[in-house]
This record gives sequence, structure tokens and C-alpha cells, in this order.
Amino acid sequence: MSDRKNTPLSGYQRKDGRTGIRNLVAVVYLVECAHHVARQIAHPTSAHSHIIGFPGCFPNEYAQTMLERLCTHPNTGAVLLVSLGCESFNRHKLEKVIADSGRPVKTLVIQANGGTRSTIAAGQAWVADAVARLARTPKVPMKISDLVVATVCGGSDGTSGISGNPAVGHAFDRLVAAGATCIFEETGELIGCEEIMASRAATPALAEELRASVHKAARYYATLGYGSFAAGNAEGGLTTIEEKSMGAYAKSGQSRISGLIKPGDVPPRGGLYLMDVVPDGEVRFGFPNISDNAEIVEMMASGAHMTLFVTGRGSVVGSALGPVIKIAANPQMYERLREDMDINAGRIMTGAASIAAIGTEIYDQVLAVAAGATTKSEELGHFEFILTYKSFDPIGPSCLPV
Amino acid sequence: MSDQTDDRLILLSPKDNVLVARVPLGHGEPILIEGIHVAMSAPLSMGHKIARRDILPGDKIIKYGVPIGSATASIRPGDHVHLHNLKSDYTASYALQPAQTPPMPPHGANRSEDGL
Repeated sequence: MSDRKNTPLSGYQRKDGRTGIRNLVAVVYLVECAHHVARQIAHPTSAHSHIIGFPGCFPNEYAQTMLERLCTHPNTGAVLLVSLGCESFNRHKLEKVIADSGRPVKTLVIQANGGTRSTIAAGQAWVADAVARLARTPKVPMKISDLVVATVCGGSDGTSGISGNPAVGHAFDRLVAAGATCIFEETGELIGCEEIMASRAATPALAEELRASVHKAARYYATLGYGSFAAGNAEGGLTTIEEKSMGAYAKSGQSRISGLIKPGDVPPRGGLYLMDVVPDGEVRFGFPNISDNAEIVEMMASGAHMTLFVTGRGSVVGSALGPVIKIAANPQMYERLREDMDINAGRIMTGAASIAAIGTEIYDQVLAVAAGATTKSEELGHFEFILTYKSFDPIGPSCLPV
Repeated sequence: MSDQTDDRLILLSPKDNVLVARVPLGHGEPILIEGIHVAMSAPLSMGHKIARRDILPGDKIIKYGVPIGSATASIRPGDHVHLHNLKSDYTASYALQPAQTPPMPPHGANRSEDGL
């Protein structure tokens, strides 16, 4: 059914059936102590080799799963693991998962490799060779229905929920109609929207799961004493978490909600999915996501090829491994930060453009970026990455109705 | 009636008791709210809210057609609706306060000799 448009998309075929829109080398530090060496290894080829990793020395099942998913993400073509040697991260399992996926993989252990300088030299040589080999990978045709697109809003203000977020919702509706997979998230920023969101669920049992995920977030944030609400939100005209939530909710558009996933769960088919990013169980390890990049990383671990990032105050971030399209909600901010912004949704505020017109612009930009066009944050070298400690229970059967 | 409201203000849902500024508005600037002329009691930045009608303490503030919290004070049409008169029904909002100037001297310290 899906796309009848003449959009010539092409991508990189992976053994698991998915297709990537980028073909990058992941340079992965397995503890903070290996971060400097990883950074130096990636530096000479920084547009093609992105740094990801986990800073903790103690094991965490969530972090293991996240790095396994990211190292076998469709945009990842080859992986270099950089270990100090004494950390707890299970590098043997990670290396096996990557090798089984058909990707070139190499592990360098600093303590076994002569130290910092020797490891950097060995790593740079391996990555240079991998980048050269990946550049020769032939591309295959790709359909819109192969695409997985995520959305996040960060640095929100009173304009976000009026201009940028509804415009992303419009683009999401078109992508879902074309068979693509779309993911929205941050249940802590859906507080107050649970009933209207539940009314869009594919089944009554899923509606109950959606409600429960928001109630869990409300309990979690109440324990922490702060909502998912930053000082800049208030300065930008937002007063309460409910108000911020209604604006954030608009990103999800009008489509039926097909399922609820947790970080690392790959949606089984096209449709609109809510990602529950708030940990399960009692409050441990602090805030669910300490800043926007943590959420981008979690949606990429669920297969997102790219992220639509709506910002009112003006975030400048991108992401390792997946392009980020930045959508300015506030026209004054767009003028101040146009070197960082891909789309000016602030024209909706001033009355110069409709939500549908900007939604179409976003949709077209998604296809262009999937076809290889670079985003502002990619050109600027913004390849941020955050992964911290968390814990989740697996999703139940009613979260993904057939 | 909303068609008698200034086009610098956005009504997101007919149920709302607040309007959103489409552009920055200056202190004292005349605005039109449902046929009533009001002068802005304070400057307002883009994206901020003003009251569309009289609101009493404890009333729900309605935006996008849904409650976004409760009023903590009486609010007149045209008044800025923000942290000083609206609170969440879920979790408290956090905002930066301007730093106190001049800074308080360290408690118990007595080091004024050099004037630093």
C-alpha cells in the first residue's frame, strides 16, 4: 500500500533486513577511562566515525542492551570497541552480537595494547581502513515504509506547542500514512494528556498501558521533586508541566497509536509508537533522562534512522549515528540561531505559514535527509551522545497488539 | 466573541480562558480582548499567556481546551498568567530566580579591609 511517490530513496542493506541511511563507524568506549583514547581514535575521521559509549565501571543490563542495539543499528556499518581492560562491561558478548550481525568489529584493550599512544595508533589505522571499505558499499533501493523517524522537543517555550510540535504532528501523520514507523516519547511530558492519548490506542488493553506509563512517570517525578520542566521553559512562557505536556503531545499528530515500546524495543511494523522512557521499579539512578540526547539515543536504539527535534529556546545538539533535523518553533530564536536550525516553524507564529505548509516542509526534509542530504547539526559536527544507568522490565503482550 | 480579539493574540480552543501572545507586547500597549479594550499591565514576551476573562483563585486555567493547572490569585482580563498566579495540579514548576545583588557577605566573615 505504502509509498506511491517517486522518491528515489536508497540505503545500506543489513543482514537483519533493515536498511541504513548512513554508513558510519561506531567507536565505542566501554568505560569513561577509555573515552579519551576513543575520542583520539575517531578524531581524524570524525565525520564518518562517531563516538558512543558507556561511562560506568559497574554492569547495567540496560546499558548492555542499548550498546548492542546501537552497534547493530542500520546506520552503523562497522564497530571498534575500546576497553580499558578492567571494567565490568561485557565486551565479549557485545563483540559477538556485532560479529553475528555481519558487521566488521574489532576490540582494542588499552591495558593489553601498550597504553594510550599505541592504542590510538592501532585504532586510527583500523578505523581509516573501515571508513574506506564502507565508502565502497553499494546502495540498495529503500521505501518510505522502511524509515523509522523519532521526534523529541527540547528547550521548549510557549511557541513550541503552537508551531513546531503541531507541524511535526502533521509530518508524522503523513509518514504513518505512507507506512513509515514513527516514535514519540517522554511520558513525563505527557502528564495531563493520558486520557486523550489513551483514546487513540489501537486496543483497550493498549489504552490501559498508555495510561499506566504516564501515571508511572508522574509518580517517578513526584519522588524526585521536580517535573520534567526546566527553568528556561518558564522563561519562555510555559507555567506548568500540564501545559508543557499538551504542547509536547501535539508532536504525535492524529494517527492511531499502534503500540508502546521501551528503549531498545524495535517496532514490529509501521505505525505510531509511544516510547516509555521512565525506568520501572523504585526510583534508582536519578533522573530518567538527564538531557535531550539521552532520549534521542533511546529512540535510535529502537531503530530510529533520524530525529525531528523541535526547539523554542534554541537547542544546538545533533546526535551520533543518526541525523537530527532541527525545527525552530520561535521566529525570534530562528533569526538568532539560523546557522543551527534546519526549518523555521516560527513562521506559523507570525502567520506567514500554515501548520500544514511547515508539516509538508518537514516531511520533504525527512525524505531528503534519508536520501543523503546533510542536516545543519551534521555539518557542524554535532554528534552528541549520552548513556547512563537505568532499569526496565520487559513490555507486556498488550503493548504490541497484532 | 473571538473575532473581536486582537490578531496579535491566539485563542487555541474556544474553551480557553487564556490567550497566547503571537508577538511581544509592551507595557501599556492597548489590546482588544473580545471587544474590550485593555492596556497591558506589564510587558509580555512571545508565547506567554494573558487572561481572556475574570478568573478566581482555585479556578482551572484552560489552554488547548484542557486544564493546565489552577489559579492561585484573582486574575483580570489582560493580566499576565504565569508562575505568580498559576500552579500545576501535578508537580511544582522550577524557575531560576535572579541572583541577589549585591551578594551577601559570607556569614561570620570579616574581610572588608581590601574592599573585595
